[in-house]
Amino acid sequence: MIDTALFYVFALMTLGGGILCITRRNAVHAAIWLIASLMGVAGLFLLQRAEFLFAVQIVLYIGGIMVLFLFVIMLINLDTAAAERQYSGQWKLALGAVVLAGGEIAWVMARGLPGLGAAAAVQDGGEGGSDGNVERLADLLFSEYLLPFEIVSILLLAAIVGSVFLARRRTS
Amino acid sequence: MTAFYTGTDHFAVLPALLLALFGCAVLLFEFVLPVGMASRRALAALTLAGEGFTAYSLYRQHSYLSSQGWPALTAFQGAVTIDGLALAFNWMFLAAAGLAALISYRYLETEGEHSGEYYGLLLFAQFGMFFLASGTDLIVQFTGLETMALSFYVLVGFLRGRRRSNEAALKYFVLGVLSSGLILYGFSVLYGISGSTKLSAVAGAVAGRGAGDPLIWLAVATLGAGLFFKIAAAPFHMWAPDAYDGGPTPVVAYLSVASKAAAFVLLLRLFLGPLAAAREAWQGLTVMVALASLAVGTIAALSQDNVKRLLAYSSIAHGGYVLLGLVAGNARGLQGIVVYLLTYVFMNTGAFLVLVLLRRGEAEGNHIDDLSGLMRRSPAAAVLMLLFLLSLGGLPPSSGFIAKYYIFLALVESGHYALAAVGAIFAAAGLYYYFRLVKTMFGGRELAGEPLAASMGTRVAMVSTAVVTLGLGLYPEPLLQLALLPVKP
Repeated sequence: MIDTALFYVFALMTLGGGILCITRRNAVHAAIWLIASLMGVAGLFLLQRAEFLFAVQIVLYIGGIMVLFLFVIMLINLDTAAAERQYSGQWKLALGAVVLAGGEIAWVMARGLPGLGAAAAVQDGGEGGSDGNVERLADLLFSEYLLPFEIVSILLLAAIVGSVFLARRRTS
Repeated sequence: MTAFYTGTDHFAVLPALLLALFGCAVLLFEFVLPVGMASRRALAALTLAGEGFTAYSLYRQHSYLSSQGWPALTAFQGAVTIDGLALAFNWMFLAAAGLAALISYRYLETEGEHSGEYYGLLLFAQFGMFFLASGTDLIVQFTGLETMALSFYVLVGFLRGRRRSNEAALKYFVLGVLSSGLILYGFSVLYGISGSTKLSAVAGAVAGRGAGDPLIWLAVATLGAGLFFKIAAAPFHMWAPDAYDGGPTPVVAYLSVASKAAAFVLLLRLFLGPLAAAREAWQGLTVMVALASLAVGTIAALSQDNVKRLLAYSSIAHGGYVLLGLVAGNARGLQGIVVYLLTYVFMNTGAFLVLVLLRRGEAEGNHIDDLSGLMRRSPAAAVLMLLFLLSLGGLPPSSGFIAKYYIFLALVESGHYALAAVGAIFAAAGLYYYFRLVKTMFGGRELAGEPLAASMGTRVAMVSTAVVTLGLGLYPEPLLQLALLPVKP
């Protein structure tokens, strides 16, 4: 009961925040509404007992990425952008896409999709066992996904080295 | 809990570990060493030492597998497979990276952009390729692909002071990210139908559905589009001429051979692996893309005056020939693909190498007129270029002839006579633009300017590419033996 109520609260936060984020003229306001939306998503993760994702969502998205967003917004001059007409003529196209995607989701929810059971079975396998979510994740990361985990570390190193190199001023 | 890092795991990924280690070492050493030419020389030497150690670890894998009669060595619960295919391609990447490291020194000094990041990214790119060749898990393959691609985006834009290099990097980046997204979408479909990221499990799910299934079709279409982008096959080739033209020439040499081969090995792992059961779904698509690549590459190359762009279009056409090997679909076709890509590493790097030589002081050396009278200016460079162009054109006695011969043989053996005939026509048309360069080199007016001088590394690279290109043409046995590895059960 309380779960259902909380779900609606968080869902409202996610959707309302998202809508307000794209309709606000002031970029800082939009960014703050995006934070609200992301917090809603974090809450939804918590309801699914995905504590780790919840923490990551807060720390990374709200803590890290949004602060960067705000930095950029404050660094560049947005006064001219705020004065311009907010929507280009693309809203019809976007509406079409939304209706299409919404229809697809409704159709799948109503009918179910045969053959997608395999993926669902994998998720069900995650239940059972007394270990917490974080422990299971850690186990997977250091056993089955050890190799991709390490490759990603080199990938990120290459990304950092590359971006620092490209952004650095030429000395010679 | 099972052991999560066994001796076999270590043995299987040791080449990649060494590459990562030396990549980090180069980055750290640059920090420690004093700024100066001697230090930069040391970094280049360290990179080559890394390639040497990697070669040794690959050699150990090679000799172990050959002593066991070529079993597929799996590690990390099936996420990595060391087999003939992986080894053949890893040798290719090693050769391409080693040659690129050899020819970079002088070029980067001329451009004033010499730094440790270059060698670090060179090694990281090869690290990514290792997992494209030996990865048999969708996540491992994708992370490997991205590591390679990301390193290349930066390398193409390495000449920060040049606008064309920046433009090239940006174009390559935008289209590269798009193609990675397409590939990832295809992977997600494969995961969706099988519930596993392991290729062996995906194979079962694909076989259960058959080629007519819409989801299989979706996976083939997105994977195909993404991979054809990476290979630079028409109609997904638009980024190649710009990236080749703007990027630093040694990087372009590396990009054109290694990145193409890496994308091909991923294509082979997927299309001849789990998607082999759905051959009808991708056969027609591959035929069309191969023919389009031959046509676009050959016809567009005819009118190019910029040698790097010309080689870019020729590289698109070469991608078409290799795809024809996949179309043939028999063991000979696979052998032909490996032969082709291996010889391509040497002949194409060789051609770019001569362009690196022409890059002197203010002269960029990319225009066809820069080759004018090369025979009188530097006979050695002109003769070498002639050899590489002959090989690219597919004329005996160079190894390029053996490569084309095997592709056409595979097509004829599998009954694709029409495709073989069309391929031969384009091969003949291709000779025209290669010989345009030859004519300029041997007939044109001699250019004034400083004489060409090659650094030690460039000389080593020149000799080795020439020896391999000519040697394997005259005595192809070792090449054919290496190319047989992927075919072995």
